[in-house]
Amino acid sequence: MNDLQFLTWTRGPGLDIAVGIFLLGVLWRLIEIYTLGRKKDLAAPRHAAGASGLHTVFRRSLPPPGMLKRSPVSYVGGYIFHIWLAIIVFLGAPHILLIENLVGLSWPALPSQFIGLTAVVTMATMVVMLADRINKPVKRFLSTFEDWFTWTVTFLPVLTGWMATQHLLLPYTQMLALHILSAEILLVVLPFSKLFHGFTLFGSRWYNGRVNAHKGVPV
Amino acid sequence: MSASLEKGIHALKEVIDAPIASYFESCVHCGLCAEACLFYTETGDPKYTPIHKLEPLRRVYEQEYTLLGRLKKVVGLSKPVTDAELDQWQELVYDSCTMCGRCSLVCPVGNDIVYMVRKFREGMAVSGHVPDGIRSATKRTVELGGPMGLKWPAVANVLKHVEENTGLKIPVDQAGADYLVLLSSMEIVNYPEYIEALAKIFHKAGISFTLASDAYEATNAGIQIGSSDLAKVIVSRIVDAAEKLKVKNVLSPECGHAYMAIRWEGPNLVGRPFGFNVVHVLELLDELRLKGVLKMKDKLKDPLILHDPCQIVRRGGVLQAPEPLIQQVAENYIPIADKQKLNWCCGGGGGASAIHTEEAEALRAKAFKIKKRQIEEAGVDTMVTFCANCRITIEEGFDHYEMNTKLLGLTELLAEHLED
Repeated sequence: MNDLQFLTWTRGPGLDIAVGIFLLGVLWRLIEIYTLGRKKDLAAPRHAAGASGLHTVFRRSLPPPGMLKRSPVSYVGGYIFHIWLAIIVFLGAPHILLIENLVGLSWPALPSQFIGLTAVVTMATMVVMLADRINKPVKRFLSTFEDWFTWTVTFLPVLTGWMATQHLLLPYTQMLALHILSAEILLVVLPFSKLFHGFTLFGSRWYNGRVNAHKGVPV
Repeated sequence: MSASLEKGIHALKEVIDAPIASYFESCVHCGLCAEACLFYTETGDPKYTPIHKLEPLRRVYEQEYTLLGRLKKVVGLSKPVTDAELDQWQELVYDSCTMCGRCSLVCPVGNDIVYMVRKFREGMAVSGHVPDGIRSATKRTVELGGPMGLKWPAVANVLKHVEENTGLKIPVDQAGADYLVLLSSMEIVNYPEYIEALAKIFHKAGISFTLASDAYEATNAGIQIGSSDLAKVIVSRIVDAAEKLKVKNVLSPECGHAYMAIRWEGPNLVGRPFGFNVVHVLELLDELRLKGVLKMKDKLKDPLILHDPCQIVRRGGVLQAPEPLIQQVAENYIPIADKQKLNWCCGGGGGASAIHTEEAEALRAKAFKIKKRQIEEAGVDTMVTFCANCRITIEEGFDHYEMNTKLLGLTELLAEHLED
């Protein structure tokens, strides 16, 4: 298989397989988790302003009082990483084209120089967060193979995408194929790893908010 | 696998629901929950990270309820939960967790960690991995009526003294009263002034109340140990008495876990909504304050701070009553930074104060440093709280650090300054 054939495979069958596993995986996992159900709370509810599942879905996006000071890297790094990564994925011109091909929707892109800069910031943030995971006793203690593995599969698409656009190390065709392949690996891994928090965190925040709202506590 | 372990794993499988599954799937190992846990902040030991305290439960979830986990189990790639492991986890689930719920308030993905600890304890209890202190308190509650082994004649004796000291009648088993008053053993034995305070306030407000000779104990060690079966037996006594006496309201004492047991867990344990209201004493007092019945003859001048008991405030939802009440009676109340639902635990909740091993006591003393710091930073010599269990734990902390801080109960303080 030469470079072009490899690229063609990643853009064709490879993408189909990855998107297929991703979609079925997400569906399966959501069913697996949320069909477990929960018991109805029989205690008489207490109502309080600002206490509901939906409130908590939004409220937990901000650090509770005092927490930013206790773990600034987690919060600042978390914000930069998630927002910048979303910018690259959803506002990079080639990505919009891909989405348009898949589902027919499109929107204006950001200039490629800006996306390139965003990729550098994202990677730098990820490296800082990795260093924090290694340095901070609690994070190091909690970390398993999965934490290092998911960091790697998230980092690689950003790195290879940036390197392809900057024409670094490998010919463009080869690097682009590697970029697409790494993104496909990310798609396959996502539903079956901690990366799935991107889906379940809404449910988790809602449950926490709902259970405590029953007692009249905005959490 | 031993029979008890098998039962324990079965119990864990039973308690796992959609919220727990969602929580485990959402955890990104960020460790922020540790920053909210006094056992971590005061020791610096990562093993006290709240989410880590649930690792055996997480593995049962993964192995029993996820496709990948089941596959791993089939090919022998998963690590089964063992008796030795649960034994090791006992310290993490009981000694170093007071079920204060502060972790549940900060988790960025929204995990309600204390919800999971409560469920995890069901499996720990069934498999026999419970500290002796809580086990015997539960046994005494089921067999004798209360965690300290108090029987009705002893309670009646205390009530007689209360009547002598206040000159007021304490009604017992009186049908149709407005309130059925519940107590905690800790109050009966260590703080009978609480009962005197209540009698004075009820008399002043013209509210009828009664105690029940077969249901005076409000605390529920069954919940702390994690056994819903035993918890149900204990809570049913109150439900039966309230229904037999046809009272409109059941008054929970200051004690935080008692309130949690009767107000929030009670109906779920007996499997039906109650036909009466469960009211925390501070809710009643605040209602009386708003009606203008709770007038003070004078105010306490000492600068003081408030310790908000976790189970009443953060986990119980009595958020608004404590501050106006303390302001009603104290001239120099100083609000602290981490107050109300953000308050730090005393270190003795969730049954922890009943564990009297050397290690558990040393750990509690370490965890108490956070309260010590709050008092020192506020620069006060007085702290007020409203939970008998917090009071015992805090007084032990004061003794340990040889502090001269005064600790007062809110209800008694109000009664003491009540207009004649």
